[in-house]
Amino acid sequence: MSLTLTINGTSHTVDVEPETPLLWVLRDNIGLTGTKYGCGISKCGACTVHIDGRKAFSCSTKVSAAVGKEVTTIEGLSDDNSHPLQVAWIEEDVPQCGYCQSGQIMAAAALLEARPDPSDLDIDAGMSDNICRCGTYARIRKAIHRAAEIAQG
Amino acid sequence: MSTMKLNRRKFIVASASAAGGLMLAFRIPAGARADAMMEEPWMAGEGGQEVNAWLVIDPDDTVTIRVGQSEMGEGVFTAMPMLVAEELQCDWSKVRAVYADVNRHVQSTVEPYMVAAGAAKETDQLYQRMATGGSGAVRRSRKYLHQAGASARERLKQAAANAWGVERSAVTAADSVLRAGNKSGTYGEFAAAAATIELESEPAIKTPDQFTLLGKSVPRLDTPHKTDGSAVYGIDVQLPDMVHAAVEVSPVPGGRLVSFDFDAVKDRPGVITAFRLGEGGIGKLPYRLDEVANRTNGLLSGVAVVADTYYRALTALQLMPKEWDAGGHGDVSDESIIAGALEVLGNPDDATYNPAVSEGDARGVIGASADKVEATYVTPYLDHACMEPMNCTAHVTADRADIWVGTQNPPGAHDVVVEETGLAPEQVHVHNTFLGTGFGRRFRSDEVRQAAAIGAALGRPVKMVWSREENQRQGKLRPYSVYHFAASLDADKKPEAYWNRVVSHSIFNHLIPQFLKDGLDNQAMEGLDQRLPYRFPNRQVDYAIRDSHIPVQWWRSVGASQNAFALESFIDELAHAAGADPVEFRLGLMPEGSEFRRPLEVVAKEAGWTTDLRRGEGMGVGLAEAFGTIVAQVAYVTVSRRGQLRVETIDCAVDCGHVIHPRLVEMQMESSIVYGLTAALYGEVHIRNGAVVEDNFDSYLMLRMNEMPEIRTHMALSGGEKWGGVGEPAVPPVAPAVTNAIFAATGKRIRRLPIRSHDLA
Ligand code: FES
Ligand code: FES
Repeated sequence: MSLTLTINGTSHTVDVEPETPLLWVLRDNIGLTGTKYGCGISKCGACTVHIDGRKAFSCSTKVSAAVGKEVTTIEGLSDDNSHPLQVAWIEEDVPQCGYCQSGQIMAAAALLEARPDPSDLDIDAGMSDNICRCGTYARIRKAIHRAAEIAQG
Repeated sequence: MSTMKLNRRKFIVASASAAGGLMLAFRIPAGARADAMMEEPWMAGEGGQEVNAWLVIDPDDTVTIRVGQSEMGEGVFTAMPMLVAEELQCDWSKVRAVYADVNRHVQSTVEPYMVAAGAAKETDQLYQRMATGGSGAVRRSRKYLHQAGASARERLKQAAANAWGVERSAVTAADSVLRAGNKSGTYGEFAAAAATIELESEPAIKTPDQFTLLGKSVPRLDTPHKTDGSAVYGIDVQLPDMVHAAVEVSPVPGGRLVSFDFDAVKDRPGVITAFRLGEGGIGKLPYRLDEVANRTNGLLSGVAVVADTYYRALTALQLMPKEWDAGGHGDVSDESIIAGALEVLGNPDDATYNPAVSEGDARGVIGASADKVEATYVTPYLDHACMEPMNCTAHVTADRADIWVGTQNPPGAHDVVVEETGLAPEQVHVHNTFLGTGFGRRFRSDEVRQAAAIGAALGRPVKMVWSREENQRQGKLRPYSVYHFAASLDADKKPEAYWNRVVSHSIFNHLIPQFLKDGLDNQAMEGLDQRLPYRFPNRQVDYAIRDSHIPVQWWRSVGASQNAFALESFIDELAHAAGADPVEFRLGLMPEGSEFRRPLEVVAKEAGWTTDLRRGEGMGVGLAEAFGTIVAQVAYVTVSRRGQLRVETIDCAVDCGHVIHPRLVEMQMESSIVYGLTAALYGEVHIRNGAVVEDNFDSYLMLRMNEMPEIRTHMALSGGEKWGGVGEPAVPPVAPAVTNAIFAATGKRIRRLPIRSHDLA
């Protein structure tokens, strides 16, 4: 079935079953591999993207549910690693293996949208869907606070 | 488009650059899936000159340093280039890192200057150590990487000296500029001449007091690629004409696929074909539990479905009817395995024990004592649960195999592909990528053999990915281990004898039985036998192996990961029996001058160690040595009346001798503590009907942001000749620090992990 999607502001037409998870359409059909597969059941956050500005697990979102909406992936967060979260992530040397970090950054971006100056409790609430097997949580927390500062100038 | 040409000439590589982006692991523009591949990493850039196998210098002074270790988060893409650059004295802002080429490595021996310098044996392979494990990246490659930099620097100086008609000793080299008197030139200008120079003798490498780059926390080279989605992991590899494979093997290791009905799914969209794997199917080495070679990475019996996208392959695989045979292991459970081990543990006269330590007459002294302490501890099977599920991409043709995989063991993967395809070693090219964690799991190449077999059967590029469930069911687990300790105290409450028995599933017995010595697995005994931190006038340690059909493997910090829990818990129990402070008591058991004292003293001071806390609050201590590094930790926990545990802080003191990048060390301490704490709180793989139960993150639980303690790392460096690893040694002390703190807070002693199976109320 032919579906048209808007990903990072660009329109893509793909031929897939409508129940296909958005994650695999992004990765296999469109070639945007920054969004990662970790669990497939909404339990790790590696696949986090934004749909109409709201955080979503792309592994558990049918592609048909994204039709007519704006999907943003890590590749679309900024053109040049310049989003305040990316700047802060680099400043704090957050990533280790890096595999979870696209999802972490997208979750953090949704958090900052809702709470531009999040408390530690807000960070606990907003970031606990995301597993980091490398244990970078403390640096993620620090980087989110730092990004909030950068964003507020 | 000619796939063959692309595959021959261009490869996706993981690479990173200080300047950012230059040699960046590629970014795939939408709709142009194959166009963004990189040149082969070992090919010089435009006009670049290879000065030696480790480094290439471009005319603009960009220095490309080849990395022989695998980047899985520990930072080797930064640390390894720093070791070379320290001696090369190049401009660090123009350094980029790429993987060394394993094909070239297996085909050539080390360069002669390395042998002349005493940094290699003639028979060593080109890149010497190309497998990553044992926290060995810095400590085991340090000398030859320094040498590669120093020998190249002296050649550059000699080339300039020749051109300028001066002595080499008159030439200085700094920040990629050579100078003598009023002459100067760049490394880029002299690289070609330097490559042809032979020196009468190779330069000596620096001593730590001469370091100028090492010791600085420079930004990691890989970070920018890991914040914009451009870093390429094995699972991200895309090739022209590539298809996708999903696999399912017998959930019971050693079991068998009886039948499958491909006809039921073959007409589904995108489905191409299916293969039986292992026994009776494709693959040269079927899994057999009774033969070491076959169980090491042989193909488990199962089936692969190939389709045009991964999701179509996976869906067809899941819908396809299959029938399994448990191969005689269908009634095995973790309970039955551990019960069998506990039976041996309860019988000190069991004939399968082998003595590891026998000093004095511990058994006799304890037997005659009226004041003795005894305890039994149990640690479970654990899975690595790598963040990136296992995967591998293979393109196998009649005269060449290309394999893309994030692996800790490129030469091992290379061997497996040679064996599986029947191609000559020079026809096999393994391309490493970034690893979405490894933790010891990505050492075995079992996934590589699967993909190579599927790729050979198909003859076109295929990416094989394990679903998370498959990843967990094909786990190669951290062994279980059970422990019994007995000790006696004299009239002054001083320990006089100590007797420890250990029964475990042995990794060596499973994978490399020739490494067993007198029936002892020294990894399984790590920290309990020769390097026990504590002295007892009489001491006996015995070890027995009890395996099962479950495949086992190295898991971050290996034997120490669990031995420290048992040992440090028992020492705590002894301290309490003796009415002593747990830190004082430990120091009292260490001889003067013991290396273990400093980290323990540092952590106690920094944590503000005290036993004077309210009920519901506790501090606990844990201490362990692994891979040449000693780590001591103090956990501070609170336990509510209803039994809710919170690990508030963990102080961590580390003595790894020297530090080349302080922030990388801190990051590894934090990472290891989260890893160890996750296991202590939640880690347990159950076996039911012969198969792994926990197959995803809904049942195999991970520590998350809201449970994260504050971690404070303190350096307790002894310097000198000590160069310890840092990727693993902070894992072992976490569990006992926390369970000892729980005891201090509640009076409840946890003798079996994980903590979550205990009621703390
Ligand atoms: S892959 Fe979607 S939450 Fe884990
Ligand atoms: S950085 Fe490795 S899993 Fe998060």
